[in-house]
Amino acid sequence: MAVAEIKTTKPQTGFAEFWFYFSRNKGAVMGLAVFLIILFVAVFAAFVAPHSPSIQNRDVLLLPPGWTQGGQWTYLLGTDAVGRDILSRLIYGARFSLFIGLVVVTLSVISGVLVGLIAGYFRGRTDTIIMRVMDIILAFPSLLLALVLVAVLGPGLVNAMIAISLVNLPHFVRLTRAAVMSERTKDYVIASRVAGAGTLRLMFLTILPNCLAPLIVQATLAFSAAILDAAALGFLGMGAQPPTPEWGTMLAEAREFIQRAWWVVTFPGLAILVTVIAINLMGDGLRDALDPKLKRS
Amino acid sequence: MAGGSKTFGPSVFQRKKGLAPMLRFIFGRLAVLIPTFLGVSLIAFSFIRLLPGDPVMLMSGERVMAPERHAELMHQLGLDRPMYVQYFDYLGGLVTGDFGSSIVTKRPVLDDFINLFPATLELSICAIIVAVLLGIPAGVIAAVKRGTWLDQSLMGVALIGYSMPIFWWGLLLIIFFSGYLGWTPVSGRISMMYFFPQVTGFMLIDSLISGQAGAFRSAVSYLILPTIVLATIPLAVIARQTRSAMLEVLGEDYVRTARSKGLSPVRVIGIHALRNALIPVITTIGLQVGVLLAGAILTETIFSWPGIGKWMVDSVFKRDYQVVQGGLMLIAAMIMIINLIVDVLYGFINPRIRH
Repeated sequence: MAVAEIKTTKPQTGFAEFWFYFSRNKGAVMGLAVFLIILFVAVFAAFVAPHSPSIQNRDVLLLPPGWTQGGQWTYLLGTDAVGRDILSRLIYGARFSLFIGLVVVTLSVISGVLVGLIAGYFRGRTDTIIMRVMDIILAFPSLLLALVLVAVLGPGLVNAMIAISLVNLPHFVRLTRAAVMSERTKDYVIASRVAGAGTLRLMFLTILPNCLAPLIVQATLAFSAAILDAAALGFLGMGAQPPTPEWGTMLAEAREFIQRAWWVVTFPGLAILVTVIAINLMGDGLRDALDPKLKRS
Repeated sequence: MAGGSKTFGPSVFQRKKGLAPMLRFIFGRLAVLIPTFLGVSLIAFSFIRLLPGDPVMLMSGERVMAPERHAELMHQLGLDRPMYVQYFDYLGGLVTGDFGSSIVTKRPVLDDFINLFPATLELSICAIIVAVLLGIPAGVIAAVKRGTWLDQSLMGVALIGYSMPIFWWGLLLIIFFSGYLGWTPVSGRISMMYFFPQVTGFMLIDSLISGQAGAFRSAVSYLILPTIVLATIPLAVIARQTRSAMLEVLGEDYVRTARSKGLSPVRVIGIHALRNALIPVITTIGLQVGVLLAGAILTETIFSWPGIGKWMVDSVFKRDYQVVQGGLMLIAAMIMIINLIVDVLYGFINPRIRH
C-alpha cells in the first residue's frame, strides 16, 4: 500500500489498478488475446467457418490436412470419417466449450456463493450441515460423480453441465465461507450492523463485495476445468451426443481412426488444450492482480 | 485443506507433548468421517432409485414381463418394502461387507473391487512417484532461477501439463510411441505370453517374483504410457506448488542468515529452504489422491487398463447399477481413508496444525 502511495499522485480507479497489475503479466495478456480470438470465432462461427459443420461430403472422406500430401487447401485441417470439414467443426465446437464453461461457472458460482455465504454468516448448526454435505460431494472423484450423475439424468450436454456444476459447487462454498468468516467480525461490518443494516444487506452488500477476489480467480479456474470435464464426459460418451461438434465428442468419434488418420484425433484435442491454457493464463494473471499479498514490487 | 478452519482437540494453550493430542486429533477426524460416510451411502443408495424404471425392469431388459412375475421378483429382492427399510437393510449389509452383487456377472461387488484395485493402485503409485521425482526438482530449479528462461520454460511446460486434456494426451502418445515408433503396447497390463500367480496383485512385483525372463520388462513396457498420462497433471501441480512455496521460503530471514553464515547454496536451498517449503507441497501431494482416481477413469479407459476406473465406466455403460452403487461407496471410502492418513501424517510433520 505504501508503495502505491508513493508511486501515484492521484488515487487510481479500481479498474486502472487492476489493469496495471494484470498487464504486467505478459502471459495473462496473451491468454486474454487468445481467449478473445476464440470468443470472436465462436460468436461469428457462421461467417468464419469455411464449410458447414454437419454437411457430409462423400467425395472427401478422411482427407488429410491441406499442407500434407493428398490434402486440399479448402479443407485446411482435413475431413473426418464421414467427410465433414474438421476446421469448421472445431469453430462451431468453440461455441459449445465456451457456453459450457459459462453456464457451469454461472451455476456453481451463484449457488456456491449463496450457500457459502449462509454457512459463513450464520455459522452454528446450519454451517455444520452445509459443510458435511460438501464433504460428502468431495468424497467422490469429481469426474466419477459427474459420470454417474449424467448416467442417472440421461446422457446429453445439459445434464453434463448440471453434473459438472454440482461437483464444482463445494470449492465455491468453501472459498466463500472462509472469506465471509474472516470478514464478518471486522470493524466495518460491525459498524454497519450497529448502524442498523439488516441481515440481507450485511450479507450481500457489506460482506460479499469484499470476498470477491478469490472467487473471481476460482471462477476462472473452474471455467477451464469445466471445459476439460465436459470434454472428458463427451469423450466417454456421456456428454454432448454425436453429431454435435463438441470437441470431446469429436475425439470420441475419432478414436477408432487413431492409427490411420492422426489429424482427426490431433486437432480437437489441440483446440481444447489451447483454450484451457489461455484461460489458465488469464487466471494466473487475475490472481496476481487481485491478491494483495502478491503485490510486491 | 488439512488444518484449515476446523479445530479439534485442545487449544494451543493446553497443548501437551506426547501421543495424547495426536490420538485426539485422529479420533476427531474419525468422528467426522462417520456422518460423511453415511451421507455417501445415502447418495449411492438414492442414485439407483432415481433412475427411470426399477432394477427388475433393468434386469429383464427388452423382454416383456408379466405383472405377476414382476411383483414376485420385486418381492424376492425386497424392493416392495418401504424405502427407509431398504436403506437400513443396505446399511446393515455394508457393515458386514456386503456391497451387493453385479446384475451382469452375479459376482459380489467387493470381490471385483479387491481384484481390480491393485491395478489402479500400482498405476497411481507409479504416477505419483514420477510426479514427485520430477515435479519437486523442477519447482526448486524454477524458484532458484526465478525470472530466467529456465524458470519460464519450466513453468510454461507445467502450465501446459496443468491444462492438458489427458484423454487426448494418451491418444497422442499411443499414436507416436505405439503406432509410429512401435515401442510400447497399446493396451492391457502385460503380454499374453506370461502366466504367473498373482501374489501381491502388483504386476511389477509379481513378474519379478515369477522369475520369468522378460516378464518384468513386459510389465514395465505396458505401464510406461499410462503412468506418463496419469502423472501429467499431478506433476504440473506439484512443480507449480513447489516453486511458489520455495519462493516464499527463500525470502525468509533464516534463509538469509544461513546464506550470510557462508553456507553453500546447495546446503541453504536443499536443507534450510526445501524442508520448510515441502510442508505445503506434501498437502498438495495428499490432495492429488482424488485427482489421480479421476484421472484413472480416463487413463484406464484409453489403455484398457483393468482397474477400478475402467470397471466403473464399463458398469455405467452396462447399466449395472449394483456395481455402480457399491463401487461409488468403496471408492469414496478409500478416498476418505487415504485423506485421513494424509492428514495424520501431516500432523506428524507439522505439529502446528494439531491444535
